Amino acid sequence: MIVAERKAISDILQMIEGAGRVLVVGCGTCVTVCLAGGEKEVAVCASLLRLQNQGEDRDLTVAEATIERQCEWEFARELDELVPDCDAIVSLACGAGVQTLAAQFEDTPVFPGLNTQFIGIPEEQGVWTEHCLACGECVLDKTGGICPIARCAKTILNGPCGGSQDGKCEINPETDCAWQLIFDRLKRLGRLHMLEEIEPPKNWSHSSDGGPRKVKREDMIL
Amino acid sequence: MTERPTGHTNTNSNLERVLAAGEFAVCGELGPPRSADAEVIADHARHFHGYVDAVNITDNQTAIVRMSSIAAGALLREVGLEPVIQMTCRDRNRLAQQADLLGAAAMGLNTLLCLSGDHQVFGDEDTARNVYDIDSMHLLQMVRKMRDDRQFMSGTDLEGAEPRFFVGAAANPFADPFEFRVVRLAKKVAAGAEFIQTQAVYDVDRFARWMEAARDMGLHEKVSIMAGLVPPKSAGALRYMKNNVSGMRIPEELIRRMSGAQDPKEEGIQITVEIIQQVREIEGVRGVHIMPIMWESALPEIVSRAGLTPRPDLS
Repeated sequence: MIVAERKAISDILQMIEGAGRVLVVGCGTCVTVCLAGGEKEVAVCASLLRLQNQGEDRDLTVAEATIERQCEWEFARELDELVPDCDAIVSLACGAGVQTLAAQFEDTPVFPGLNTQFIGIPEEQGVWTEHCLACGECVLDKTGGICPIARCAKTILNGPCGGSQDGKCEINPETDCAWQLIFDRLKRLGRLHMLEEIEPPKNWSHSSDGGPRKVKREDMIL
Repeated sequence: MTERPTGHTNTNSNLERVLAAGEFAVCGELGPPRSADAEVIADHARHFHGYVDAVNITDNQTAIVRMSSIAAGALLREVGLEPVIQMTCRDRNRLAQQADLLGAAAMGLNTLLCLSGDHQVFGDEDTARNVYDIDSMHLLQMVRKMRDDRQFMSGTDLEGAEPRFFVGAAANPFADPFEFRVVRLAKKVAAGAEFIQTQAVYDVDRFARWMEAARDMGLHEKVSIMAGLVPPKSAGALRYMKNNVSGMRIPEELIRRMSGAQDPKEEGIQITVEIIQQVREIEGVRGVHIMPIMWESALPEIVSRAGLTPRPDLS
């Protein structure tokens, strides 16, 4: 899933300064699961904005809505009737959701209420970790299902580097060394010989380095 | 990979000549200044004359901005010492690295150490974007391809003189997982490393076990392995390295010995000399790389006491 965290209320208030009627929009998919932008978080965010507003004596009304997925047009259109009544939208979605709303509602400013963090998984209750960088050319077949692109601080393809100690990464004792995990996993699978070959340099043109990416499915295009 | 005949060299590197002659090599190390002050190089270098075969010049070590290793290396060459240019993969992509390799070779630099580089979180520019376009293994391959095939990494031909570097890599026998460390060394040799400089040796037993595994794979005959040494200045310095420098192993006994010393600096020199003598006894160790961090003045004493003077003049 895409993992995000809410911005500070003070930052959101700064963005919406001058707006009288604000619509806070949640997203029912990834950010609901990671507890950043679902229906509950929309209610909390809206309440905090109202509270802050009372303290500062501003004339602000806050409406709430949560749609299934902000990154899809059919769901974004569900807001068609609500948006004309507001001066600004605060989107509690990932960056794709924010941009979908901004494209759908051209005359209304749309502000991000979240900081999109990464593609990841829940590690334990309340903790999420990054697992995929969307590099465009998956190497997980060669690395025992553990991604060195997303999970090695140096994106090393022929690790582990000299900073791997006691299973941890040199940058942070809380971070597992991805290459230690890869080593352990391939050993368990009886495939350690796979690490004897030098993995060639990565073709980063499939990643964001190649410019904004587009996927086309000719068979699906109408 | 075939064994090189004794005496044969591919480059003008003094370090390569010394190793090819079968001499036990000695490298020093110098961190460039955090300024544009050229004289600092000559000032620090004065301790090295006559005591080393080459001097490593670090590349923004610990991710702190310093004078570039190539520029500092060129300045060192002007005062008659041979630099080993360190190049990391942290700050430059393959375009910048190849451009700098051409420039360094054009200025007469001929010995190169290929590294991943310390992550930028350790330094004072910790909000920087890191690069790591390629890793140290790829950097070795790239340097060898430019030298031996006269081609850039892309496969395009060079249009004139090729950069001729004697090329080396780092190895850390003290990092984990231990059983993979020699396999990774073998990969670096396969990628083109001609010499290896290790992380600082304090745990000689572990280093010896690593060398044994390297010998089992015949690697000691394919690559010149030099043991790294950091002369300890105090017990506190050792403890700091133990706790803060990842991939270091420092026996408690050594820290106790330094704590109990009346003259810690003298003890640090003595410990370094003893470690040199111990690693020299290990089959396959072809030299030492002494890294006297901010303590260059200790180097002449260490090299002399270890019986490694005079250095061979093979120019």
